[in-house]
Amino acid sequence: MPDHLLEIEDLHKSFGETEVLKGVDFTMDKGDVVSVIGSSGSGKTTLLRCINMLEEFEGGTIRIEGEVIGYTTAGGHRRRKPEKEIARQRALTGMAFQQFNLFPHMSAIDNVTLGLIKVKKLPKEEARAVAMRWLDRVGLGERAGHYPGQLSGGQQQRVAIARAIAMNPHLMLFDEVTSALDPELVNEVLQVIRSLAEDGMSMLLVTHEMRFAHEVSDIVVFMNDGVIAEMGNPREIFPNPSTRRLAEFLKTSSFN
Amino acid sequence: MDPIRFGEMLWLARMPILKGLGMTVSISALAIILGTLLGIFVGLSLTYGARPLRWLVRGYTDFIRGTPVLVLVLASYYVLSTVGLDLTAFQAGVLALTVFCSSHVGEILRGALQSIPKGQIEAAKAIGLTFRETFAYILGPQALRQALPAWVNTAAEMVKASTLLSIIGVSELLLRTQELISRTFMSLEFYFFAGLLYFTINYAIEHLGRYVERKTAVPS
Ligand SMILES: Nc1ncnc2c1ncn2[C@@H]1O[C@H](COP(=O)(O)OP(=O)(O)OP(=O)(O)O)[C@@H](O)[C@H]1O
Ligand SMILES: [Mg+2]
Repeated sequence: MPDHLLEIEDLHKSFGETEVLKGVDFTMDKGDVVSVIGSSGSGKTTLLRCINMLEEFEGGTIRIEGEVIGYTTAGGHRRRKPEKEIARQRALTGMAFQQFNLFPHMSAIDNVTLGLIKVKKLPKEEARAVAMRWLDRVGLGERAGHYPGQLSGGQQQRVAIARAIAMNPHLMLFDEVTSALDPELVNEVLQVIRSLAEDGMSMLLVTHEMRFAHEVSDIVVFMNDGVIAEMGNPREIFPNPSTRRLAEFLKTSSFN
Repeated sequence: MDPIRFGEMLWLARMPILKGLGMTVSISALAIILGTLLGIFVGLSLTYGARPLRWLVRGYTDFIRGTPVLVLVLASYYVLSTVGLDLTAFQAGVLALTVFCSSHVGEILRGALQSIPKGQIEAAKAIGLTFRETFAYILGPQALRQALPAWVNTAAEMVKASTLLSIIGVSELLLRTQELISRTFMSLEFYFFAGLLYFTINYAIEHLGRYVERKTAVPS
């Protein structure tokens, strides 16, 4: 049996005394587009951050293409992998954040080439070519020399997405990438994600845009209170949620 | 005040004044360079150091910053010799100023590093950069820009603080000036002239700082 792209088993994560993820089990395969929905505080961001090792977690395993992420277990002892190894594993996934997190002292293209040159070890010229291809793809080829402070929120987010995708991750993680944007800028970013999905990019995205989740995802995961309460094809579970929780959540989420 | 007589005196005293000026510049430059190097270590320890190191360095900076520079100068000249470390007045003075400078630079650097949003560190991690790389390409360059204005202030403070070395007999500009005054009795003129020289040095430092700031500014 070939390995799943992402396989999460009994994931537990606490912040101090508060358990935030209470046993998450989940698998997805190459090419899947999965949306994670759920009310505020249900653990969606934390789940994504664990996959990328931006958070430590104390129980369970995460595998990407069969490779165990973040920890080694030997003789019953669970140990964090060395920092270099974790850095390499992080590059298996790409992440786009709510707050873009561009490097403000670098032009758009330098934001994109940094990882290509330092992590992928591409020669400068090649890195620039790859970066330009992705900036063109997100509609910002003309702004390659602009600094983040010279770009609108929507443009910054598109650069941030290009920066992540250019690294050729096997899985893209999007955490509410449109939540910090003015309403009129949301669409240009969603359009970029939509076109990546059409290209067959595997992605796991946290979103509050129910209509968008319904439209692009193969699977919707509904998180509630630290566990996956329900998951399935949005065309099936949105009209007929099998849990009362999801029914209530869908009722309170606007669909426009 | 007799401008012609002062002009003559100034001409006669040109060598001691130049030597004093040279001494002041040397002391300041040494203290700024060494203090900055040590300050970088202090700032990094305060920001990223393991807990025991951080506490140790925190104690060091708080103690130094809470002590008058004059006390540091006197201590490093008189107290260190009692524990067997015999420094010349020049060495002791530079040591005191270096220590003083390092605690300020350390604080400035810590502030600059901590002002960089954490999201950037996470974005750097997410593309697979190690901490060293993140520091070299993301944190360091931004912190330097951010710290520059405060660092320039500190450099100017060091020039002013170098006058305190006259107390332990280092022949810097102020001491030379006082010697000239005791011979010529032209205190107003010579003090004013020395003040002008100090002002010129600091004016140059500040302008250089502003120039670098402009040159390295990030477009927005
Ligand atoms: N660094 C942290 N320290 C302590 N508690 C945290 C931390 N990060 C998140 N939490 C808590 O963990 C819980 C889950 O947070 P998380 O950010 O994963 O929720 P979310 O589903 O993404 O919510 P939202 O829709 O508001 O983004 C919340 O109760 C939150 O307060
Ligand atoms: Mg969230």
